[in-house]
Amino acid sequence: MYFPHTESETTSMLKAIGVKRLEDLFQDVPVAHRFPNLDIPAALTEMEVLAELQGLAEANESAHELPCFLGAGAYHHYVPAAVDALLRRGEFLTAYTPYQPEVSQGTLQAIFDYQSLVAALTGMEVSNASHYDGASAVAEAVSMAIANYRGKRTRIIMSPGLNPQYRQTVHTYHGDAGIVLVDAFEKGDSLSLKAGPEALIPQIDDNTALVIVQYPDFFGRIYDFSALAEATHAAGALLAMAVNPIALGLLKPPGEMGADIVTGEGQSLGIPLSYGGPYLGIFATRMEYVRKMAGRLVGETIDNRGQRAYTLTLTAREQHIRREKATSNICTNQGLMALAATIYLSLLGKHGLRQLSELCYHKAHYAAQRIANLPGYQVWGEVPFYHEFVVRCPAPVQEINDHLLDHDVIGGFDLGQVEEFQPALENHALLAVTEMNSKEEIDLLVETLEEVSNG
Amino acid sequence: MNIPSDLKYTKNDEWIRVEGNLGTAGITDYAQGQLSDIVYVEILVSEGQTIAQGETCATIESVKAAADVYAPASGKVLDVNESLPDTPELVNTDPYGQAWMIKVELSNPAEIDGLLDAAGYQALIDEREG
Repeated sequence: MYFPHTESETTSMLKAIGVKRLEDLFQDVPVAHRFPNLDIPAALTEMEVLAELQGLAEANESAHELPCFLGAGAYHHYVPAAVDALLRRGEFLTAYTPYQPEVSQGTLQAIFDYQSLVAALTGMEVSNASHYDGASAVAEAVSMAIANYRGKRTRIIMSPGLNPQYRQTVHTYHGDAGIVLVDAFEKGDSLSLKAGPEALIPQIDDNTALVIVQYPDFFGRIYDFSALAEATHAAGALLAMAVNPIALGLLKPPGEMGADIVTGEGQSLGIPLSYGGPYLGIFATRMEYVRKMAGRLVGETIDNRGQRAYTLTLTAREQHIRREKATSNICTNQGLMALAATIYLSLLGKHGLRQLSELCYHKAHYAAQRIANLPGYQVWGEVPFYHEFVVRCPAPVQEINDHLLDHDVIGGFDLGQVEEFQPALENHALLAVTEMNSKEEIDLLVETLEEVSNG
Repeated sequence: MNIPSDLKYTKNDEWIRVEGNLGTAGITDYAQGQLSDIVYVEILVSEGQTIAQGETCATIESVKAAADVYAPASGKVLDVNESLPDTPELVNTDPYGQAWMIKVELSNPAEIDGLLDAAGYQALIDEREG
């Protein structure tokens, strides 16, 4: 066990404050609770601990060992070795919030580069230093819209194409605060789930602060939101788009489509799936709204010697200064994950990202085409999709996924398990394909699926 | 420390110049000194709006703090300083002149009698500093 102080240091500290023994400092704790009997097992040796943890880890079957077709918000992509090698550098791994620019230029410059990359990728004017994850970024977009209208507009419209976990997070953040949250679809009605963005337009009124859509949407579909953006702006409201950053290597940037706020899940950018986190909340907006944006912001300036320098800026937005008048309680970022995304994007470059994005698109379309030809399976093909697509299956998805797992394949997301999609999407699976899925893996998936429909 | 004798002052460091039934308001030289470099001013009320004495009418951000500005008197907003957000530094350099924030048609002129005069405001500052 590690003690930071030697015995003589402890003794001299106690002497300085006039205390005889260390135990005397705990006199405020009632005797009965002061040194309770913890009754925990004896300490294990390093070898024993390693063996126990290894045993636990080996019980997992991960996307590293099995071909993975599961997406629904988190995707299996290749993480170049350089990303981890740089992340593990002590200067980055243990750095805290860069309040003192004079000793934090490395961290600050990395964050500034991250912000610049996000702004370029999304086609927006300013990005913050990141939020916790894609879900909370959407909740922060709601906070920002409410702050923008100073509480005079309270209606938030959420598209059926928004990830149900993001929707749930928004309800958690804003459910009781006098804000009207509109889940713009009939629960369980597949027709309204299939309606395009124009179906949201009748919902927009002069009390609407924000319309939220996802791009590509939760079901993998690509929509042009220009008409919706126009209608939203005509009503005086803001449009937020939740994006998949890898898709932006191929698709039109949301900034060019009229988005006022862009959020995203940055997990696809050099961050492993892990067990649902840590992930990365991307958040960008237009300069006119920058003072209403929450989160850390790094700016570029010059020091007193005329040298380029970076520092946290527009800090009076934040809650430790504005307190209850701040847009949000947030005053931090996902530093290490933002760094991973920055390194990843720098390694890929613009052309590499485009190539990667195309690979995902083409592989997914190959898979969809083969599955569409299987008897018993129907693929949602009316609307163009990116790297995920919905398949109506001849049997419950749980059954199909069990069968796939018996053949060492991780199947898609069971849409029927999402309460708000029941019963319309029972037996519907959401399948994702990335550059990690070889043709052989896709063929294995298709052949195994065929076995199910053959009974 | 500039405390013009022809103005009235609030305990929250706002000033008001009363001309007939018109009140012009902003924040004092003392306030701008305390806040340090002003980087942003957001005027929260608009022409035609009715405000009450003590209601927040603007927010000021400096490099180290964000502060609310409260209306020194009740009335109808006749004008707001629309160019001030573009030149926030005027709050530091000309707090009683170009950095005026709102102009109000007073609905209750008697409220002005309850405010501090220059001497009273100086005394308030001395108390704080002492």
